[in-house]
Amino acid sequence: MIERLDDVRMDEVRLTTPVADADLARLKLGDVVYLDGALYTARESVYRRVVDESVDLPASVRALTNVNFHCSPAATVRPDGTYAVEAVTATASFRFGKSMSRWFERSGAKVIVGKAGLTELAYREWFMPHGAVYLTTVGYGLGAAYGRCIKRVLDVHWLELGIAQALWVLEVEKLGPFLVEGDRQGRSLFALANREINLRLDEVYRGLAPFSMGRFGETTSRKDEVV
Amino acid sequence: MTRLISIKLIEDTARELMARAAIDIPADYREGVRQARDREQNRIARFVLTEMDRNWDIATAERRPMCADTGLPRYYVRAGNEALVEGGFVALERALRRATADATAAIPLRPNRVHPLTRVDHDNNVGVHAPEVTYAFEPGGDWLDITTVHKGGLFGSDYRMLFPADGVAGIKRFFVDTLVQFGKRGLACQPAIVGLGIGGSKDTCVRLGKEAACLRAVGSRNPDPAIAALEDELTALGNYIGIGAMGFAGTSLVVATHVEVAFSHTGGMPVGLHSFCLSSRRATARIHPDGRVEFRADPMWFTDYYRREGVE
Repeated sequence: MIERLDDVRMDEVRLTTPVADADLARLKLGDVVYLDGALYTARESVYRRVVDESVDLPASVRALTNVNFHCSPAATVRPDGTYAVEAVTATASFRFGKSMSRWFERSGAKVIVGKAGLTELAYREWFMPHGAVYLTTVGYGLGAAYGRCIKRVLDVHWLELGIAQALWVLEVEKLGPFLVEGDRQGRSLFALANREINLRLDEVYRGLAPFSMGRFGETTSRKDEVV
Repeated sequence: MTRLISIKLIEDTARELMARAAIDIPADYREGVRQARDREQNRIARFVLTEMDRNWDIATAERRPMCADTGLPRYYVRAGNEALVEGGFVALERALRRATADATAAIPLRPNRVHPLTRVDHDNNVGVHAPEVTYAFEPGGDWLDITTVHKGGLFGSDYRMLFPADGVAGIKRFFVDTLVQFGKRGLACQPAIVGLGIGGSKDTCVRLGKEAACLRAVGSRNPDPAIAALEDELTALGNYIGIGAMGFAGTSLVVATHVEVAFSHTGGMPVGLHSFCLSSRRATARIHPDGRVEFRADPMWFTDYYRREGVE
């Protein structure tokens, strides 16, 4: 049982898409994951379309894979109409929080790959009911290392949203490493880390008096998170 | 006979700078991260930094962008006082905009720049006030220094108006606040070069903080011994917080702290902080009127003249 960061074993796991339910159930916090198969990028504009405007995710995408990467690639459309994708890195996932439950319903996604995860509350309320897990990218900024694992662009949908916001369907080979951040029990690797970090914060702030002038804000506890 | 700096050479150089910045991690920062990794006791944070090091090798070997998030590409231009640009500075600005658009398609870079309200993306990293061009001057030169910075980071930066009574303890508290807020989960993409601008007006301290983070090489020190001592103290404090790479409990949060000051209102002490991330992207070249182009790693932005204090 993983109670502290020191308990994390960082076991290496290779997953093939669409990822089977039994494989997701076996993942432990901090496992080092590599993906083979296909995944698609979807961020703000795609979420707006699918979640807020109730446009269906393209059926071919839903049929192909259950892995959604919160990212947009460093890509270009070549003059001959083909695509070049040289690097991929994730965007921070907390901002999609309130859309996640409906996203899972409408997309069939079971694996979210992104940056920095969500809170344990978010996992329990929005991920667990759908049996979904969260994998965080490493770094952040393994753009070149991830980019070389993209074998080809299978398809692009909704390019009118712009290159950065379009839905890119990518074939990948041993794409990783990612870390299991949110498991099927709704636990978070970052939450483990934060509990350990918070133990020292009072000591860090000792001797640093409050400011002369305060500011309005949502929290004044240094042990809270801002996501 | 005055000699003009060729506008074609400026555009070609700017395009090359865009590629170098996007692909090749600066050696000074890379060495700083290696030292942070060697000190780091947390196994997961160390794994992260080892993977980052591998990523930089792949980027350089395969000429791929090190990070897919282009950040906001921008330029810093310093002209020697005697420098003359073919077509003038309007031509220079047009060249920098063309180079940005061309490099975005050629490398390729992610087109990040969108209209803030309509979210319209021209898919070329060019738009209203984009890329930003910041100018400075230097006595006694006929050259042009161009630096491009691809500054990522929706997180890791903050501004606050402090007051003289807050003192250095207030600066430290602001520094720690910002690093704790954005260090958790690694939102700041640390370990970072932290730039702190102190004084000036609000916009001055924010600008100086960014320039301190992005335009000073790791290992450089502020020439004022008291400020240099504060830099060391802040770096030690930052790494004492207990947050490592990606927000795992550890020590790899700050590679270096760079502090720059500007004279401020007698009643105030504004501070601005920026974090230059694990994809600290910058590249500099000096262009001479005889056609020579010298690429270098250190932007050398903070000159004695730039930091001048008195009446000349």
